Amino acid sequence: MNLKELYQEIILEHGKNPRNLRKTEGFNKDAKGNNPLCGDNVHVYLKLNGQRIVEDASFEGSGCAISMASASIMTDLIKGKNEHEAKEIVEDFLGMIKENPDLKSENLNEDEKTKLMCLSGVKQYPMRVKCATLSWHTLVSAFDEKQEEVKTEN
Amino acid sequence: MNINHIKKEFPIFDEKIQNNDLVYLDSANSSQKPKVVVDRINEFYTKQFSNVGRSVHYLAVAATNLYENTRTSVQRYINAKDQNEIVFTKGATEALNLVANTLGQNFFREGDEILITELEHHSNYVPWHFLRKSKNIKINFAEINEAGEITLEEIEKKITPNTKLIAITHLSNVTGAILPVKEITDLAHSKGIIVVVDGCQGAPHLKLDVQDLDCDFYAISCHKMYGPTGLGVLYGKKKWLEELPPYQGGGGMINEVNKDSISYGDLPNKYEAGTMATAQVIAFDYSIKFLESIGIDNIMKHEAELVEYGQELLKKNNSVKLIGNPRNKGGVLSFTLEGVHPHDIATILDEDGVAIRAGHHCCQILHDKLNIPASARASVGIYNTKDDLDQLNESINNCKKIFNIE
Ligand SMILES: Cc1ncc(COP(=O)(O)O)c(C=O)c1O
Repeated sequence: MNLKELYQEIILEHGKNPRNLRKTEGFNKDAKGNNPLCGDNVHVYLKLNGQRIVEDASFEGSGCAISMASASIMTDLIKGKNEHEAKEIVEDFLGMIKENPDLKSENLNEDEKTKLMCLSGVKQYPMRVKCATLSWHTLVSAFDEKQEEVKTEN
Repeated sequence: MNINHIKKEFPIFDEKIQNNDLVYLDSANSSQKPKVVVDRINEFYTKQFSNVGRSVHYLAVAATNLYENTRTSVQRYINAKDQNEIVFTKGATEALNLVANTLGQNFFREGDEILITELEHHSNYVPWHFLRKSKNIKINFAEINEAGEITLEEIEKKITPNTKLIAITHLSNVTGAILPVKEITDLAHSKGIIVVVDGCQGAPHLKLDVQDLDCDFYAISCHKMYGPTGLGVLYGKKKWLEELPPYQGGGGMINEVNKDSISYGDLPNKYEAGTMATAQVIAFDYSIKFLESIGIDNIMKHEAELVEYGQELLKKNNSVKLIGNPRNKGGVLSFTLEGVHPHDIATILDEDGVAIRAGHHCCQILHDKLNIPASARASVGIYNTKDDLDQLNESINNCKKIFNIE
C-alpha cells in the first residue's frame, strides 16, 4: 500500500480545485450518480453538438479528493471528443482501474494518459475504487439518457 | 480495572493488520469479540450442537437450556421484570421492525403521529416510514440543539394531541448525546404515548435498568456488545408482547395448527419463529458475563475518561471540528477536518492501522441538518486506551500533512 501513490500532487490539486465544477449552460445531456454507502453524489452535464461532439462537460457534486479529482480530470479530457471516442475512453479507464496495467485507447494522447494514470493508485484500495469510477459511470448514463440515478454497487 | 489485561482477552489485538498494531476505533459500528465468546461458538458446534426447543434427545434438551440461560442473563443485565420480555431477533434492526410491524397492524389510525428525532439511525426511522406509507400517519422530528442534543423540552414541544408513539435513540451514534430517556418516558406516559428506545449504543456502554427507564420497548444489538453478529434483542413490556400479534409465522411460534385455524404459542416463542441464531444466542451469554465480570460501572468510568481525553485532544487540533458537544456524552467522537473529505481521512488513518468509520453512519437526516455530506467517526470500547487516541490524533496530523493543511 502506498498513500503517496494514491494521493499524488495532481490528485490533491484537482481535488482541491476541481475543473468544470459548475453547470454547463444550455446542456443537452445530464445524469446523476450517487454512492449510497458514502453519500457521495455527482451530477454530470454535457453539451453535444450536431455531430455528437462534446462541446462542454461539467459536473456538480461533493465527495472525497479521489472522486472530485476523477470527475475533474474526466470532464476536462472528454471535451472535443465525440460520443464514440468518449465511451471508448470510459471503457479503457474502467478497465485500467479494475485490472489492466495501463491505458490502451488511441483516443488519448500521452499527456492525457499520464493524467489518468494518476488515478491508478486506487487499485490498491478496493473500497475506494467506486470513488474513482462514479463520475465515469454517470457520464455514460448521461450519453445514454438514462433516467435512473447511477448507483455504485455497495 | 487493568485495560491491558482486558485487551489481552481479545485475540484480534494479537494480529498485525497490514503490518500495524490495530487501533480499533469503530466499536459504535461493531465491537471486537473476546476469546471466551469466539471459543464458545466453536465449543457449542463441536461438542454440544443440537437445535433447540424441538426434540427430546439429550443434546436438544441441553441446548435448549443453554439458549434459555442467555435469556435469563439478558433479563438480569437490563433488569427486566420477566424473562419472557426478552425476545431474540437477528439484530436491533429486526427488533425495531418487529415493533413497528406488529404495532402497525392494529394500533395506528390515519392521522396518528409518531415522534422521532433528528439523531435517529435509519433503522429507527425507515420502519416507521413504512407505517407512514401504509397507515397514512405522520412522522415528526424533534430537532437537535447546538450541542447535538435532544432535550426533554424539545420533545415536549413536538408532542401533539395525535402523538401515539415516540421512538428515540438512547445514545446517538454520531454526536454521542445521551438522551434523557427516563424523563421522556415519564412525560410520554403521562399523555398515553408509547416509547420505543433504540438501545444499540446504550446497551454496551451504559448501566441499564429498563424498569427504571420504564420504556415500552428497548432494542439491542448484540454484535456491538462484544457478542456475535446476526443477533439482537427486543425487550418489550409483557403487556405489549402479549397483546400484539406475532411478527413472522412458522415453526416454533405456534400452539395448534389446523386446516382452518391456528393458535399461537406463548411468550417468548410467539416472536421467535423458525430456527434461531442458536450458537450466537448461546455464545452471547458469555458476552454478558464478560461485561458483568468487568463491571458496567468500571466500563462507564473508563469510557468517560477516554471520551474526555479524546475530546480535549481533538479540540486542540486546529482544523478538526467536532460534531456536537453534548454535556452527557457517550464514547463517540465524530468530526470533520477542514479541506479533507472523511473518506480520505479514513483511508489515510487506515494506513496507520487506525480503524474508524467515514460516511453518514446511517444518519442522513442528521448530516443533512448539519449541512455536511459525511463525517469521520472514532468510537471507543472497553479495550481502548489513551494511546489509541494519541495515535488517532497523530494520524489526523498525517492527513493534514498529506493535504498540506496547517
Ligand atoms: C444507533 C443504531 N441503531 C441501530 C443499529 C442497527 O443495529 P443492527 O446492526 O443490530 O441491526 C445500529 C448499528 O449500526 C446503530 O448504531
